Amino acid sequence: MKYLCLVYSDESTLHTLPDSPEDSECLAYAEKVQASGRMIAAEALQSVHTATTVRVRNGETSITDGPFAETKEQLAGFYLVDAEDLNEALRIAEGIPAARVGSVEVRPVRELQVESPSVQAQESHA
Amino acid sequence: MHECRWPPMNEMNSLELHARVDAIYRNESRRVLATLIRLLGDFELAEEALHDAFAAAVTQWPREGIPDNPRAWLVSAGRFKAIDSLRRQTRFDASVTELARQLEIESTTVSDWDEESVADDHLRLIFTCCHPALPPDAQVALTLREVCGLTTEEIARAFLTRASTLAQRIVRAKAKIRDARIPYQLPSTEELPERLDAVLRVIYLVFNEGYSASFGDSVTRADLSSESIRLGRLMNELLPEPEAIGLLALMLLHESRRTARTTPEGDIILLDEQDRTQWRQELIEEGSSLVERALRSRRFGPYTLQAAIAAVHAEAPSAEATDWEQIVGLYDVLLRVEPSPVIALNRAVAIAMRDGPQAGLELIEAILSRGELRDYHPTHAARGELYRRLGRFAEASDAFQQALELVQQGPERRFIEQRLAKLCL
Repeated sequence: MKYLCLVYSDESTLHTLPDSPEDSECLAYAEKVQASGRMIAAEALQSVHTATTVRVRNGETSITDGPFAETKEQLAGFYLVDAEDLNEALRIAEGIPAARVGSVEVRPVRELQVESPSVQAQESHA
Repeated sequence: MHECRWPPMNEMNSLELHARVDAIYRNESRRVLATLIRLLGDFELAEEALHDAFAAAVTQWPREGIPDNPRAWLVSAGRFKAIDSLRRQTRFDASVTELARQLEIESTTVSDWDEESVADDHLRLIFTCCHPALPPDAQVALTLREVCGLTTEEIARAFLTRASTLAQRIVRAKAKIRDARIPYQLPSTEELPERLDAVLRVIYLVFNEGYSASFGDSVTRADLSSESIRLGRLMNELLPEPEAIGLLALMLLHESRRTARTTPEGDIILLDEQDRTQWRQELIEEGSSLVERALRSRRFGPYTLQAAIAAVHAEAPSAEATDWEQIVGLYDVLLRVEPSPVIALNRAVAIAMRDGPQAGLELIEAILSRGELRDYHPTHAARGELYRRLGRFAEASDAFQQALELVQQGPERRFIEQRLAKLCL
């Protein structure tokens, strides 16, 4: 069975609370799960100001700035894609069939800021 | 080396040189910026480079004369300044080293200032500023800042916003361009209609903001109209698509009536009461010939159709002698291309002019009974006017009262009040 674990947080405090995780800790945990053979994919996302929402209605694509914020709809799935730039990502998003009835929020992945990843990885595997 | 067309400083007075540098700045700075953004891949870096390039010009040109191709000189100087500043940063950040090295390699292999690639860069800048993934108000602010070269303070004044709010809007937009990787690219053929639409929407929004002069200092607002017409001309030069031509025509035809449409006190004068001798003929002629060109393409859309309607009005010697038959016909097509209740309302008014007030009223009541435009004050003002023409003054008065309750802007409020006062005479 595959499971999707979705991480929610208030991004204004995600990195500033006393108990907020460092990126190195996040990477270490991800690598631990990876080493256990249970990881399929995991990524951190850029802040919500980078979000773009795509909808297709009657064959017409609409692209708007901002995150998807309709509480009456629920998360139905996800695509993690490797695209050249936002335009290509949006073209892929508008092709997702569910975009015709729902919305697809497109967010760039964020590189974790870790001093030297290889050292961290060894430590976490130890 | 570039040849020098102008003699060095000792043979040329410094005032004259400064005037020339100023003129070059006005004509070239946006195009130089557009090319620098492509070469450097970053708005902030390019703006800094543009600034450094002009600073270098001010010190070097008096000694060496103004180069033959100032734009090429500025692009080249800007790029070297950017490489220098990246080099200085590499002491702190190793990842920048590779970028600086790449820029140097590209600079020796690519020719960056032929007319075609400069025009493409200018278009890339426009399409990036008007990218649909940016919020609409940021598209407007970024276009006025980067494409028109207005300062943040000037834009804030024109939109009656605080400069800090506007600056933040621009900073956020640039952050999204960088972080979400909005590419600095011309849209592909299949993307073009939608993306061009977004650009034209921004231009028209700027124009309306300046034209409606509904609040604020009317002088600054008029500047917005002239900026939008300048943008419209630029789009026509760079990408003469039918709707780009239609939009320019529409703006010119509206602009031709600017002085005739308000009293010196700023009160509104309706089309049928305007002094048509004040309409600017040269703008009407240019607008009308553009409309014909756009219509001939057979690929026209809502801007061209609205321009065609404005052209029929502009060419009529008086309100009575207007070809209402043709105006109704154009509204019929417009309503098919862009079904919207506001267009249906305008069509109803045109039908009232052609077939009498009763026919127009019935159409407006039908729009209202569909639940549309009930909170839109022009609907009630139009109803009031048509009831007045029918001599049904009580109903006219009710309709004008409803309009008054909804109207927000000063000149429009005064206009409705005057209509209401006339009724009571």
